[in-house]
Formats: sequence, C-alpha cells, structure tokens
Amino acid sequence: MTTQLPDAEATLVALAERMRGAVAYEAAFVGIYSGGAWLAERLPALVPGDHPVGFIDVSFYRDDYATAGLKGGSRRTSLPFNVDGATIVLVDDVLFTGRSVRAAINELFDFGRPARIELAVLIDRGGRELPIEPTYCGARLTVAQDLSIVLSRDDDRLKLDVQKA
Amino acid sequence: MRNPQLNANGALTHLLTLEGLPADVIRNILDTADPFVSIGEREVKKVPLLRGKAVFNLFFENSTRTRTTFEIAAKRLSADVINLNIGASSTSKGETLLDTIDNLVAMDADIFVVRHSQSGAPHLIAQHLCGQGRSHVHVVNAGDGRHAHPTQGLLDLYTIRHYKKDFHNLTVAIVGDVLHSRVARSLIHGLTTLGTPEVRVIGTRTLMPSHVEAMGVRVFTDMREGLRGCDVVVMLRLQSERMKGALLPSAGEFFKNYGLTQDKLALAKPDAIVMHPGPMNRGVEIDSPVADGERAVILPQVTFGIAVRMAVMSMIASAA
Repeated sequence: MTTQLPDAEATLVALAERMRGAVAYEAAFVGIYSGGAWLAERLPALVPGDHPVGFIDVSFYRDDYATAGLKGGSRRTSLPFNVDGATIVLVDDVLFTGRSVRAAINELFDFGRPARIELAVLIDRGGRELPIEPTYCGARLTVAQDLSIVLSRDDDRLKLDVQKA
Repeated sequence: MRNPQLNANGALTHLLTLEGLPADVIRNILDTADPFVSIGEREVKKVPLLRGKAVFNLFFENSTRTRTTFEIAAKRLSADVINLNIGASSTSKGETLLDTIDNLVAMDADIFVVRHSQSGAPHLIAQHLCGQGRSHVHVVNAGDGRHAHPTQGLLDLYTIRHYKKDFHNLTVAIVGDVLHSRVARSLIHGLTTLGTPEVRVIGTRTLMPSHVEAMGVRVFTDMREGLRGCDVVVMLRLQSERMKGALLPSAGEFFKNYGLTQDKLALAKPDAIVMHPGPMNRGVEIDSPVADGERAVILPQVTFGIAVRMAVMSMIASAA
C-alpha cells in the first residue's frame, strides 16, 4: 500500500491561509531544524505582519538522548529577538508524538519568558504521546506507525516523502 | 584489533588519545562542539543532556584550568560533578588505582575524567572497566604523563579551524619544550590526521623527543627559520618541574633562543595566530607584548575548551 501524500507547497499555502489574520502581527516564527526551519523562512512572505524568524535545534533537549544519542553537526539555535514577552509561533514539518515540541518549549524558556507560544505544523499525523496540539495545521493524515513522513527541500521547492522508520 | 576508544558500532566511548582516532570521528567532535559554544553566550548556560549522570574528576596531578573547564563543561550539561583530591585521599593510604576506580563505580560513576602523571593510566582504567563488563562507564583522558592530552589537542584543532577554516593549506609550528609536552603530541596527531600539509616543531635538540620526525613533522632548531611563513604558532610551556638534569642552560637563555617576541613573530605570515595551552610563563617562552597582542588567541582557546569538553562528554555518554 502506498500512502497518498499531499503536495508540500500546496499544504504550506493552506497552512499560511489558516494563520493569516489569526496570528499576531508581530509574532516571531521559530522553526525547529531542519524541516521546520525551511517553513519558518517561507512563512513571513505568506503571512502579513512583521515577523522575525528564528531557528531552534532541540538535540540537547530531547528525551530520547540516552537511547538515540547525539547526532553530530547539530545546528546553532538562533533567536534574533527578545524572547521575554514575545509571541512565538513554533513551526515544525510533521507533528507526531509531540516530543520535539516539548523539547523546543523547554529550550525557549531557557532564553526568557515568552508571552505566548503557538504551534504551526505542515502535517499532523496523529499518534501523540503528550498533551500537545497544533494551533495551525496544513493537513491531517494517518500513516502506519512504522513509517515516517519526511520533508525535503530541493532548490527551495518543498517535497513530502514516506520512509520506513 | 578494535580501537579501544570506539565501541562495536564505531561510536566514541572513551577518549584516550588522538593517535589512531579516525578523521571523521575528530571532525564529528569539532562539529558537535560548535553549537555548544553558543550555549556559553546564553543567559541560562545549561542544557539537560547529562542530567542525572555523575562525572568524577580524578586528578592525580595538579591542574586548575583543565579541571575547572571539565567541571564547567559537565555542569553546563547538567551532570553532577564530583572532584576528588586524590593527593589527600586513599591513594596516599596505599589503595591501588583500580581499587579506587572500583569503589567509585560502586558509587555509580558514569564518566571518569582522569589526569595522571603515568602515561597509559586512563587506558588501564578503560581496559579494566571493559574487563569488568562495565561498558556504560566512560573514561576521558585529561592528560597522562608525556603521552597525550586529547581534549587540549581537540580544542587546539577547534581554535585553528575557527580562525583558519581549513587544515589543507596550513603551516603550523609548535615551539619549545616538545619533549615533555603531551599537548604537542596530541596536537601533532590531530593535525596530521586532518591532513595538515606542514607541521613543524621548533626547539633545542635536548627538548625534542628522539625520532620526533617519525610523527610526520619537520624539525627546526633555529626558531627564526622555523617561523617563516607559518599560519599558526603554538607556544609550549617550559615544564621545568619535569626536568631532571641539565637540559637547558637557563630560562633567560631559553627566552633568547626560543621565546616568542614581536620581532620573531614578524617572520610568520601577517595573519598568523599565536596559541598557548597555558599556564604561560611570560618572559620564558612568550613575551608579554605577544601574549597580550591582537594575534594571540590564547583566551578564546580556553572558552572553546569548555565547548569541546561538552561535546566529548555528551558524545561518549550517548555512545550506543
């Protein structure tokens, strides 16, 4: 059985559509590496407002560190705005267990006290293990537990694929 | 035979020496250190990677900088750090090294950071742990005898890469007391593994290990000749405390021949950087105007050292 995946570019437009008007005018978009970072770079052009863009690498905050280990070449977290009192939209490609988002929220609080944190995801594939829900979502779909959905980027064009986990 | 520093999957499980460590492992450590540098620039300088782990600092030999930076590194990773002042403890009451280790393992140690005046002591501990089936306990060599000081070598490599970007067209000179220097040995192995085309050692023959050329370096006894065209100048501390017998006429004489002055530094490339592992002896191996000058990167070396040690500890603790 092959899983029918939506077009990534069209889903990004759908996500931006849901955010338009709903998201605060000066909300910062913070992408979780690497898929979420690509999306966070694209969103300010699609969502009206004055949106600073930041990036977050959650490697050091993950709870599966003891079993999965540290992948070399982690990227630097960069938040070029004052986190204190900011409205932040965390951006990720695929929301699954919710553990990356938990790690990202923990990391944000090591930089300050945001006024509000929201969550925008391209794909919500269900299977949550934590009480975390997206504020904005491009598409919802169901795939077998042992498959992972992977976002890739080729010449700025985004693409979704399914891989055996 | 497998490298005792790597586990069956090729992941770093102990750090004992840079000699024989594959280039991709060294690069991986340097890459991993990179994001840790920025943690030092944050308001909350702590990440939860080693939460609940116990790091034992076992220093059988004096050190301030290395012990402190290991302690800071472990604390920034949220580990519990236990500093043992071995000189004033059981060893002086006759306990053997391996008995000390077994007792600390019984206290649930996860990482041993070991400095010892005997070359090979960290390797002996790693072997012992492996023989006891305690592969979840890891060893980091923080300097053993004249043998190796791998985290210093790695922070030196990190510093060079930070300022020079790439090793493939560099000329690096290591100057002074190479004979007693584990720092020099580790750096030479690291530089050659990463493909540095020219590594020079500069010093008097009495302070040079015999057959040092076998490590892939060019030897210069004339400092001015050796510094010509260098991109990186690494000064070593004159380790008078390790010298038995007459290796040198005097510190003053040493400074005249092998002390780094502005005048001699002018022979290196105009953008050459000056490094020193510390502690510095001003007026012995390095002149104050150079040590405090704009080409010295001696203090950044210390800062990078914390990030490199964080990288090493987090990598070995997660070796699976």
